[in-house]
Amino acid sequence: MSTHSQPRTDTGGPDVVLVRGASVLGERTADLLLRDGVVAAVGGPGELGDTDGARVVDADGMVALPGLVDLHTHLRQPGREDAETVASGSRAAAVGGYTAVLAMANTTPVTDTAEAAEHVHDLGVAAGLVDVHPVGAVTRGLGGEELAELGLMHRSRAAVKVFSDDGRCVANPRVMRRALEYVKAFGGVISQHSQDPDLAGPTACCHEGELSGRLGLPGWPGVAEEVVVARDVMLARHTGSRVHVAHASTAGTVEVLRWAKAQGYPVTAEVTPHHLLLTTDLLATANGGYDPTYKVNPPLRPEEDVLALREALADGTIDVVATDHAPHARHDKQHAFVDAAFGMLGLETALSVVASVMVEPGLLTWADVARVMSSRPAEIAGLDRQGRGLEVGAPANLVLVDPSADITVDRDASVSLSRNNPYDGRRFGAAVRATFLRGTPTVLDGALV
Amino acid sequence: MSAPDRTPGQGDLPAPPSGETPDGRVVLDERDVARALTRISHEILERNKGAGDLVLLGIPSRGVPLAQRIADRIRSTEGVEVPVGSLDVTMYRDDLRRHPARGPQRTEIPVPTLDGRTVVLVDDVLYSGRTVRSALDAMNDLGRPDVVRLAVLVDRGHHQLPIRADHVGKNLPSARTERVMVRLAELDGVEGVWIADADDDRPSRVGSDS
Amino acid sequence: MRKHLLSIDDVSADDAATLFATAAEMHDVQHREVKKLPALRGRTVINLFFEDSTRTRSSFEIAGKWLSADTINITGKGSSASKGESLRDTVLTICAMGVDALVMRHAASGAAHQVSQWVDAAVVNAGDGTHEHPSQALLDAYTLQRRIGPLEGRHVAIVGDLTHSRVFRSNVKLLLKLGARVTAVAPPTLMPSGVTPWSQADGFALSWDLDEVLPTADAVMMLRVQKERMSGGFFPTPREYTVGYGLTRDRLGVLGPDVPICHPGPMNRGLEIAADAADAAQSVVLDQVSAGVAVRMAILYHLLAGEENA
Repeated sequence: MSTHSQPRTDTGGPDVVLVRGASVLGERTADLLLRDGVVAAVGGPGELGDTDGARVVDADGMVALPGLVDLHTHLRQPGREDAETVASGSRAAAVGGYTAVLAMANTTPVTDTAEAAEHVHDLGVAAGLVDVHPVGAVTRGLGGEELAELGLMHRSRAAVKVFSDDGRCVANPRVMRRALEYVKAFGGVISQHSQDPDLAGPTACCHEGELSGRLGLPGWPGVAEEVVVARDVMLARHTGSRVHVAHASTAGTVEVLRWAKAQGYPVTAEVTPHHLLLTTDLLATANGGYDPTYKVNPPLRPEEDVLALREALADGTIDVVATDHAPHARHDKQHAFVDAAFGMLGLETALSVVASVMVEPGLLTWADVARVMSSRPAEIAGLDRQGRGLEVGAPANLVLVDPSADITVDRDASVSLSRNNPYDGRRFGAAVRATFLRGTPTVLDGALV
Repeated sequence: MSAPDRTPGQGDLPAPPSGETPDGRVVLDERDVARALTRISHEILERNKGAGDLVLLGIPSRGVPLAQRIADRIRSTEGVEVPVGSLDVTMYRDDLRRHPARGPQRTEIPVPTLDGRTVVLVDDVLYSGRTVRSALDAMNDLGRPDVVRLAVLVDRGHHQLPIRADHVGKNLPSARTERVMVRLAELDGVEGVWIADADDDRPSRVGSDS
Repeated sequence: MRKHLLSIDDVSADDAATLFATAAEMHDVQHREVKKLPALRGRTVINLFFEDSTRTRSSFEIAGKWLSADTINITGKGSSASKGESLRDTVLTICAMGVDALVMRHAASGAAHQVSQWVDAAVVNAGDGTHEHPSQALLDAYTLQRRIGPLEGRHVAIVGDLTHSRVFRSNVKLLLKLGARVTAVAPPTLMPSGVTPWSQADGFALSWDLDEVLPTADAVMMLRVQKERMSGGFFPTPREYTVGYGLTRDRLGVLGPDVPICHPGPMNRGLEIAADAADAAQSVVLDQVSAGVAVRMAILYHLLAGEENA
């Protein structure tokens, strides 16, 4: 193995880090020298020459991946700073191995103007733990009718490229069509929360199926998602603009995506860690039943959907994993199930979940994980400085994963401000140990620096 | 919910007739029981100056067949049919909360009203007196008899309330640690009264055998 | 008995037999001059009704009072979520006053289950959303048993808006446990989602055709159909519903004169049940109401009279 080295002008110091003995993408063991925010050198064990003064991080037995990129995060600021802030959400992201997150627009006020986008952007810069990219609303106030100032948000400091009314569906096909056409001018992408509002009634709170019938809970069927995905695929074909399907949750959605991709239509899709692991029967079985911790949108689905989603992620039908990290103040989850808030935490545990359901059974390699959790999401969001791999010269965004850890999730140990963690008490066999943002460690030994 | 360990309506009966003889010393055998009941029947008639206005109310479980037998004896002596019923006291017990909930048993008042009648309560054992107190409370909700008397097969002492029996088959001084067991052919398949040391060191629970 | 009565899942066939035996004794008390038993003296029962139901609330109230429990009604219309207070805060506040049993009605399915996780008091589900109403099922079965004897092997037709009926869910579970055969009759739009697998249970069948089912029914349970359901497009018009699924005078003629007709009330006369059927000698609607008190006394008694900390 040859040693790649770049001329260096400084003599080391706190900004120089030597990651020693990491298994890069789980494929080859190497030392990585991080300097000036980039990967300055990569070499076989001990091959790197002068590393005096570098801070050494022992990565023996660790897998090194490019820093993770989350296309779907709710940071709740502005408006619900009791549930999460940009700063606390950034901490959770760093702990989860993320170096960039896209913050959804459904805050109060909604991120539907350049000023609102810049506000979130600036809070992210101030927190300084991950790159926070605001997602712009597609429609003003998420109202579903008038387009938000998509172009101005793009031109702003926040340089918004991803737009979504997430939490709500852009249900009106005319509005969706116009939005898709409009963002072509600057390479934007619409991330759609696919949910037909007429098929998913106002009180719908879970997957409609045998279990919801037994529990007497109003639900919505998979087809409420699938009809919108199918429609949007055809709109993508018609407009030639890119549609991103947020949180795909059903086997039917997978079928439509598989077909659309085979036709070459410009469609991408994400799946959440919880839809890869958790099933709807938790509503009956966990904690005496009806525990709103497991209330999420899209809802947890039956096993057959979960298996189809895993397969789709493995074969590339689904492009990426995105967390849909959705913090909620404790009291917002202590209502009756139908009245409680939708959503669950995800940033801190995403990689452990993906390792458990995809890597351990051999559905994905670690290099595939790098693709679905870093490079592909960065590509979809148009983030040039993220997801670039670990070659010399690439931005030094990386995460070290212990692939043979034994951790038990403790919701009270979360760095998020919220506690709606659906994995509380679960054991996982892989865990993030360190995260570096442009060469600076944000997490070491599993804890924030 | 899990089913209670007794059949509904059977109260604290151990089981349907087992025919099993309890351990311990025989205090009254079958013939002793018969003689005691005959004497009680005569005493009741004597005290009441005949069978007029009499109503016999057995306290479930074993008080009920005892009341029936007394009525049978009165019929054969006097040729009069004395009304016999049952008075369940479960709901009136002061120790309800100390035991698993037990289903109430039949209360059957054999006459349109107890008002003005002479009621004889019949039970197997008088011990703490709490069952009788409960029975008096229960009767209070059902009417206002002129006179209430108490007949028991065995009085074992240790009364905890100012209650005494008017008619007693046998006074049986006993230690609190001892158990007194009445068995009647109708319910148990065997007949007699036994006394035994408690199975364990725990004193027998007041109220558990009345 | 378990600590709570949240669902018929909490009741075994033996439990039901015990409750019915106790209820029979309680029923006699209803005819006494002094309708009062001291069994629950000193116990506090709160009827916490987040949703209006005069019928169920008064039935539980009378049951509690006849057992000498201190019975207090708290009604709060609308969800507490809309008032900003979480359900948990609401019930913890009430239970902090010292409550032995919480009889709870809520518009949300599962609310009683959730509350039972938070409080020490015994929780009785008096109807949760479109999920269960166990005391109603118990009183229905008790009423039928008194009228037609043991339900083992008997055929009960349950007809109406099954999707939105908590009474339906509880009744199917209980009747099957008691050995009855159940046929659930409704138009496809009013069948609960995913109901087909239920029908794999022994003795349970589904039908879209009331006329096919009635001739073999030993008892008929009519469920209330809310006219509001029309706005959801569940059926076209009340007239069409009545023709398809109402217990009309003609259908009454098909039933044997000894086949009891139940309805949990309130009845929509002329929609799901004709006046002739509601007032027929075989209608047990009022028996259900009077049995309701006895059965609820039995429930409260068995949940509360037993060993402390049981």
